[in-house]
Amino acid sequence: MNGIQHLPPWAAVLTAVFLLTGAAVTLIGSLGLLRLGTFYERVHAPTLGTTLGTVFIAAASMVYFSVLQTRPVLHEILIIVLGIVTTPIALTVLVGAAHFRDTAERAQLGKPAGRVQPHARVPGDAPTGKAG
Amino acid sequence: MSQLMLTYSLLVAQVLLGLAIGCGALRIFLGPRVQDRVLGFDTLSVNAMLLLLTVGIRTGEALYFEAALAMALFGFVGTAALAKFLLRGEVIE
Repeated sequence: MNGIQHLPPWAAVLTAVFLLTGAAVTLIGSLGLLRLGTFYERVHAPTLGTTLGTVFIAAASMVYFSVLQTRPVLHEILIIVLGIVTTPIALTVLVGAAHFRDTAERAQLGKPAGRVQPHARVPGDAPTGKAG
Repeated sequence: MSQLMLTYSLLVAQVLLGLAIGCGALRIFLGPRVQDRVLGFDTLSVNAMLLLLTVGIRTGEALYFEAALAMALFGFVGTAALAKFLLRGEVIE
């Protein structure tokens, strides 16, 4: 059942604004994933979508269903909490793995061990390079 | 009038999220290294989850919310397992 016709104007406008903001923020984060130079920079961009984008779109869903069913529908909070809690864990493990692989690769190439410079390009990081 | 605006903004939001999914897919395709592909997979799953929420608003059914919740959970599990695999070469030690 499509209930958009039964929605009061203020709720429709609020839902539309939340939806557009969330989708735009998510797209900006994903474009950052595509455009930034190295892996350690790229890791930052998509978190824009997993936090702010998720919050806005879940808020749009909450407003829409709460007004439509004339009772508070708040189960979208589950998705917000899940996104905010799990994203840092997954990306921290991923960056740890990437750092481990970079260090191992440098050791194999005979370069001095030490801190990997976050913005240094590793050999496989060239745009046309093969998968490491 | 405002209902028409909501219909069109739903359409626009779906297109924007579809483009975001395309960005994630392109990053999986381009690489250049394995960790970039894993990051692209994570982004793609989150964006697909948001697209499911938007479809749920469009159709007015609560079913899509549960699908989105399951997708968020499995996206996290998949990313964590892949990252663990990159770290040691096996998922469960």
